[in-house]
Amino acid sequence: MIAIVDYGAGNLVSVKKALDWLGQEFAITSAPADVAKASKIVLPGVGHFASTAALARSGLQDAIANAIEIGTPFLGICVGMQWMFERSQESRETSGLGLLQGECERFPASVKSPHVGWNQLEVNPSSRLLRGVPSASFVYFTHSFRAPVAETMVACCEYGGRFSAAVERDHVFGVQFHPEKSGEIGLKILNNFCGL
Amino acid sequence: MLTKRIIACLDVDGGRVVKGVQFENLRDAGDPAELAKAHSASGADEIVLLDISAAHERRATLLDTVRRAARQLFIPFTVGGGIRTLEDAAAVFSAGADKISINSAALADPTVITRIAERFGSQAVVVAIDAKRSEDSSHWEAFTLGGRESSGRDAIAWAQEAEDCGAGEILLTSMDRDGTGSGFDCELTRTVADSVRIPVIASGGAGGAKHFVEVFREGHADAALAASIFHYGFSRLADLKREIGSQGIPVRWPC
Repeated sequence: MIAIVDYGAGNLVSVKKALDWLGQEFAITSAPADVAKASKIVLPGVGHFASTAALARSGLQDAIANAIEIGTPFLGICVGMQWMFERSQESRETSGLGLLQGECERFPASVKSPHVGWNQLEVNPSSRLLRGVPSASFVYFTHSFRAPVAETMVACCEYGGRFSAAVERDHVFGVQFHPEKSGEIGLKILNNFCGL
Repeated sequence: MLTKRIIACLDVDGGRVVKGVQFENLRDAGDPAELAKAHSASGADEIVLLDISAAHERRATLLDTVRRAARQLFIPFTVGGGIRTLEDAAAVFSAGADKISINSAALADPTVITRIAERFGSQAVVVAIDAKRSEDSSHWEAFTLGGRESSGRDAIAWAQEAEDCGAGEILLTSMDRDGTGSGFDCELTRTVADSVRIPVIASGGAGGAKHFVEVFREGHADAALAASIFHYGFSRLADLKREIGSQGIPVRWPC
């Protein structure tokens, strides 16, 4: 059973709808015990980095960290991906999981913010998450802060400079864009994750 | 490169898609769920569903229509019309919308923008502005209640205030051009787009590919929305995107 983690931030309907479409079994949960026994974990996220503080308060952060430790595949989406890093300029007082090094940062003033719309990926062909996704594929983004270019980056995007659109390390994955809103390509990426 | 979005709009009344010329003389154009899916398949970057009757009849947005349309849509989906409160917005989100569009209620009480943005994120809040050139042509006024009454507010100042309140995007409709097919109001669009930092969606007046090229190039729009040109086989979305792309505007094609 895939656990979609509900920590009270934003709208989980579109992720749920996409997994339904792919015929996956899943549960939307805010219980650490469900996360602990999940076969895979999806951490969606829309909104503010500060909303992830609820993960630490509720015990979900420890449950996720432990599950990752024992090899449970994990996918963070949007703010869910940013949370995998150490911190974000969006909320100094909120710590990320710190699984990946670096800080999420604001877009430069030279471009409009938020970055909203369909932009292209430059894909590292060795990515398991992005298997079958060609470079230059379009995906849908909506965010005001971005993850830095990291060693774990498997897809890069350009908007006011390059940033990590997808990261991957072993069984831990993150995407800044919304695969559940990115048409056929997005569904393929979610299906890749579900099939791991 | 970030592409310019082409958004297909479904104006819905009583569960059917309709499209009026300058907000009147409505004609029936089909089932919203079917049309949304067809537009997505032919390359729409986003779907907007506006319940055009809701604001003045004060009835709830057609949640059932939203649910049916959302089920098979895997591109961004915005719903507007008759949303007055955080609770109204929450109901639309749980029916499957990714963003809500709010107009009259935000003009009446801008703090509703903030309340929805705090709960669902700014990216989920689109403030729709129906703008009409003032009689002396000196400025644009923001209209309320489906374009039936002037709010007395300057459209540009209102767009800036909406951004400050937490709006994630502005959906800017030129009432002077709406339904005419004579082209977007590039001057209005550019004035608003250059006054805010959030994306501006131009609406009202699309008649062909050249109008989209103009509003992206001269109007500084981030996205452009049209309804009637897609509904009656007037212009296939795929052909339209190819044509816009061939003129050097970055669009998502093929998709």
